[in-house]
Amino acid sequence: MASSVHTESHAESPALREQFNTAAQQKDASGLGMWIFLITEVMFFGGLFAAYTIYRSSFPDIFGAASRTLNTTIGAVNTAVLLCSSFTMVLAVRAGQLGKRKQIAVFLILTLILGLVFLGVKAYEWDQKFIEHHVPGPSFHMEGVPDQGHAQLFFSLYFAMTGLHALHMVVGAGLLTWLLIENSRGKFSADYYTPIDMIGLYWHFVDVIWIFLFPLLYLIDRYLKS
Amino acid sequence: MSDPQHHVDSVKTYAIVWIALLIATVVTTEVSYVDLGSLNVVVALGIAVCKMLLVALFFMHIRHSTKLTRVVVVGGLLWLGILISMTLTDFATRGWLNG
Repeated sequence: MASSVHTESHAESPALREQFNTAAQQKDASGLGMWIFLITEVMFFGGLFAAYTIYRSSFPDIFGAASRTLNTTIGAVNTAVLLCSSFTMVLAVRAGQLGKRKQIAVFLILTLILGLVFLGVKAYEWDQKFIEHHVPGPSFHMEGVPDQGHAQLFFSLYFAMTGLHALHMVVGAGLLTWLLIENSRGKFSADYYTPIDMIGLYWHFVDVIWIFLFPLLYLIDRYLKS
Repeated sequence: MSDPQHHVDSVKTYAIVWIALLIATVVTTEVSYVDLGSLNVVVALGIAVCKMLLVALFFMHIRHSTKLTRVVVVGGLLWLGILISMTLTDFATRGWLNG
């Protein structure tokens, strides 16, 4: 009977659930589970990267010409915005490790703002594609390219990859909002900040995807134009 | 209360990594305008891999994580390699049959 009483008090703490021996073991298990999820995400995006690799190697000239219509400066600035958001995110996790709730809130809000700035810039870029008729479909037209079909292939991949990435950003923004609410309710401390840590991993993962999307979509054969 | 596995990196460490990532972004953008021939894509992907390693090791705390987690991460990247390389061996060799 004494052991069941012990188990009950044990289960009450989110920092140490009853199925774990120590808090450190629980933390390791959470991290491992999150990484396995992120690996499935890598494979999810991996299919698109494989499709991109095949079509870029099949139609290198058209992919280069289509890529050069994208605005490198906007792409680079948006990359910087996302890297800054990763920096503020890791500082939020650090504040979690130290159990500083005010700092957690400040850095989560900064991360959220930078994430929304990224999405705003992305929305502007997509809007430009509609104005320039660079959206695959009946009204698609790209100047100076005889093969409109394969140019549409580049923009199909562009929208699929940046779209899927942006969707992950939207989910991330929702998760950050949830963290802010939980933090304001005093759910996190130096002993238990696992949700901040795990959503941090997710946020950095989305950042890494963009680190590859930026050169692959924006920087193909730029020197041919200059 | 703080367990020994509880590594808290300094703000300075994170700031250095952050600055390095921003510099790498400027470098990869500028170098794309320089004609390196077929090396352009190699340099672009090389810088991207370096940035990924910085984010994974420092921001995602891989350098403090357990061996099991590291095995899972490396294993996952290996599967990504299989996905892309095996697909390419298929596409790159299709012409051989008809040729």
